[in-house]
Amino acid sequence: MIWPFALAMAIQLASGIAALLFRRSNRVALAIGSAGSFIASLIGVTAAGQLLLSGGSAVAAMPWQLPVGELLVGVDALSAFFLLCIYLVSGLSAVYAAGYFGDPSDSKAVAPKAVAPKAVAPKAVAPMVFSFALLVVSMAGITLARDGVLFLVAWELMSISGFFLVTFEHERQEVRSAGTVYLIASHVGVVLLLILFMLLAQHGGGFSFAAITAAGAPGPYLANACFILALVGFGTKAGFWSLHTWLPEAHPAAPSHISATMSGVMIKLGIYGVLRVLSFLGPPPLWWSVSVIGLGVVSGVLGVLHALAQHDLKRLLAYHSVENIGIIAIGIGVGLLGQSTGAPVVALLGYAGALLHTLNHGLFKGLLFHGAGSVLHATGTKSLDELGGLGRTMPITAVTFLIGSAAISGLPPLNGFISELLIYLGAFRGAAVLQSEAGQSPGTVAALAVIPALALIGGLAAACFVKAYGTIFLGHPRTAACDGAADPPPGMRLPMIIGAALCVAIGIWPAAALRLVERPASLIIGGAEPLPPLGQFVAAIPLVALVLVAVVIGLIGLRYALMRNREVAVGPTWGCGYEAPSSRMQYTAASFAEPVLEPFAVALKRPVHADLPKGYFPAAANYEQHAVDVIAEYVLAPASFGLLSALRKIRVIQTGHMQLYLGFILMTIVVLLVWYLPGGGG
Amino acid sequence: MIEYGVHVLLVVLFPLLMLGVIGRVKALFAGRQGPRLLQPYFDVWKLLHKGAVYSTTTSWTFRAAPIVSLATLLTAALLLPLASGSAPLAFSGDIIVFAYLLGLGRFVTMIAALDTGSSFEGMGASREAAFAALAEPALLLALAIVCVSASAISFHEVYAALPWGSWGVPHPEILVAVVVIFGVLLAETSRVPVDDPATHLELTMIHEVMVLDHSGPDLALIHCGSALKLFLFAALLVHLLVPFPTDSLWLGALVLCTGALSIAVLVGVVESSMARLRLVQVPQFLVGASVLAAIGLLVVIVRGAQ
Repeated sequence: MIWPFALAMAIQLASGIAALLFRRSNRVALAIGSAGSFIASLIGVTAAGQLLLSGGSAVAAMPWQLPVGELLVGVDALSAFFLLCIYLVSGLSAVYAAGYFGDPSDSKAVAPKAVAPKAVAPKAVAPMVFSFALLVVSMAGITLARDGVLFLVAWELMSISGFFLVTFEHERQEVRSAGTVYLIASHVGVVLLLILFMLLAQHGGGFSFAAITAAGAPGPYLANACFILALVGFGTKAGFWSLHTWLPEAHPAAPSHISATMSGVMIKLGIYGVLRVLSFLGPPPLWWSVSVIGLGVVSGVLGVLHALAQHDLKRLLAYHSVENIGIIAIGIGVGLLGQSTGAPVVALLGYAGALLHTLNHGLFKGLLFHGAGSVLHATGTKSLDELGGLGRTMPITAVTFLIGSAAISGLPPLNGFISELLIYLGAFRGAAVLQSEAGQSPGTVAALAVIPALALIGGLAAACFVKAYGTIFLGHPRTAACDGAADPPPGMRLPMIIGAALCVAIGIWPAAALRLVERPASLIIGGAEPLPPLGQFVAAIPLVALVLVAVVIGLIGLRYALMRNREVAVGPTWGCGYEAPSSRMQYTAASFAEPVLEPFAVALKRPVHADLPKGYFPAAANYEQHAVDVIAEYVLAPASFGLLSALRKIRVIQTGHMQLYLGFILMTIVVLLVWYLPGGGG
Repeated sequence: MIEYGVHVLLVVLFPLLMLGVIGRVKALFAGRQGPRLLQPYFDVWKLLHKGAVYSTTTSWTFRAAPIVSLATLLTAALLLPLASGSAPLAFSGDIIVFAYLLGLGRFVTMIAALDTGSSFEGMGASREAAFAALAEPALLLALAIVCVSASAISFHEVYAALPWGSWGVPHPEILVAVVVIFGVLLAETSRVPVDDPATHLELTMIHEVMVLDHSGPDLALIHCGSALKLFLFAALLVHLLVPFPTDSLWLGALVLCTGALSIAVLVGVVESSMARLRLVQVPQFLVGASVLAAIGLLVVIVRGAQ
């Protein structure tokens, strides 16, 4: 059962190495790398899907020995589900990359005017192809690892290959600093994971997951410590609020297909880690669920608020990752609530919602980053207020981006709605069950808090994507950057079309996708009693979707019949009498977001630098406002400056004189000798 | 079968009458004679027979939005019980699907507004987005009150579990939910004090400015849609407040229509006796509704804990 994944990993790694060998030709390197990734994805998706539908699990020991014990790999429903997400999104991204970095003549052939891809420097892509292969292989390795050492090794490989991908365009200063921030954040997380796995190994008498499971649930102190370490350590990768600051730096810096893979699946491995560790810790106490729901709500609301305040498309999407990780955390919190209060159906709905949202977010965020890449490819900018009117010139990008926008806003009949619906159902059911029981008020409040939070997040996400879609694709072009823009070559279009189609398919016929999350969800919950099939909770969705489509078709028919012989006049948009409107007078993204953000001024710092018009004949005026990430600006920056200045005090011993350093060594030896003398070399 | 027929007839024919009643009530307060009760029907009829004017800036999005928006409301109407205790499409979770279908309708309307490239419509869309994001939690909290009180997640179960008068002694929180839903009704159907449907070209309004460039049949569909939205919220309120005969469909239809018209009168009275809130105060109004709903939920929790 493991061999298909081993084969996929081997093919991917081999294609990455082959790409390095053929690094002279970008075309060949790309072709080899993308083909290898695509084949690996086909194998991976098929094998993972089969495993999820048929069930079963397997563990195998790797034939070599290390001082820390043998390396174990295995696969179960939870691994298989994340493997499915990894291979689905990375496969689409690999195809996209082939188009993105392919011969610039491709885009000339499509564009009426010769537009070279302004954003992409003609540089060797082979190292990136190799790092991408390594990233996917290490992500698969994390889900397959069955002992702590292999897990951490794969985790570290993932972080480092991610670093090389983020810093692909390392000529630019902001990319380099984004890479540094990413690397530091990753390693702070790894330190906590190291402690976590050492604690678990001490408890289980070995690093293997089987030993840890066999040792039974740890005591409350150890369990709580492990829970906090996992939440913070894995949360740094997942991007929970206050641990998220690397996300809005790294995602915009990386090439778009990398952003799609990182945001679509890499950060989800943090979720995988949390779920895997939770399976070692036994029945959860109530406060875990309350704190995970709280963390999810804060991540969701603050993530989407910061997204609204962004003017850079990829930064906006990066903050939406924080929001969606928040929604996933809310789902996990509802799952924990069901577990801790003995309501397995609530737990099932919560975990199923969280897992399905993991898959969904991979699909629509991948789609949206690919769309952002196409816009960047066509115009050379990702600044919202320089774009506009691209819906006419890039119709396929526009339609797929619109589907992705509606899906990420959680609107029916698309996939984002289905996962949120499951979490809602879990919360409603949990509140209804718990409110009638004595002493369950905290749980009831937590379940009820989920409801307005999801509604608020959905409403704000819709506002944000109306803003993004409207500014980029509707109205008139705002600057010359949009001139000659055209849909990208077929290699880039195809992943977007497949992504959009999957968003619609899961939204209209959710029962099929829910069969994929059924086994992993019941694996997390454990317990002997059989859980109800998930399909029953969404049984009516296809009918509702069908009715909606039928009504739309009916109304289109009505409108067609009415308009058949009618006079249709065409003219400019009415400017309320103003005769010379220009495209710069359109509503900007910043203006659109202003009234939405205004009531949330408490949660969002947006300093203004203004030079307002003065006097009767005002000369030039200037108004600037930008959103500040409170955590990065007011917590992390002072903290790291404090740390640096504290460490600087130690630097007095670093004088640069060799004699002094030799003196230090001599002193150390003397001190050690003196220490050991009385004991007689003990 | 006949109850589906009555359901569809109510959805198609009745909503515009509510607009007529509101118009008459406002005219009465202003000391005018006012338009005929059936004037909205004539307006829609007239618009349906006109041609259309489209801006050169707009694309297919602009033409699709009125259709999709009305379609979401018609679909939502099939989820909501009207003359009887259950709807043609009834399932566990239909309450959430109902709320989110309204969200989809709003989404496409905002997209279409931005399609014109006009600052006016952009402004309207932006305000709609801002207020919708705050109205949504209030609506779901109010629905959560009734759902938790009834221990159910679908309209027909909720209505069955909360019989006539249950908003008295056993479930006083239902009255809180009713007040909150009425507040959301005023915001969602762009009524005073949140929005003013009578102004057409001022910087103060929200919904009307979003549909400024629509004309002809498109505008007719939009008018039908906003009337239908008002009717759906009214039906929700009527079902929570008034006893519904379970055996007689016709009596149920009568109760519903009377109730909906009373709510139309109430909306007219509110519109005539209140000024529109300043835009910066609208969020306070909506957050206030959410807070009120949260207090209602606390009542449920405290009672359950005892």
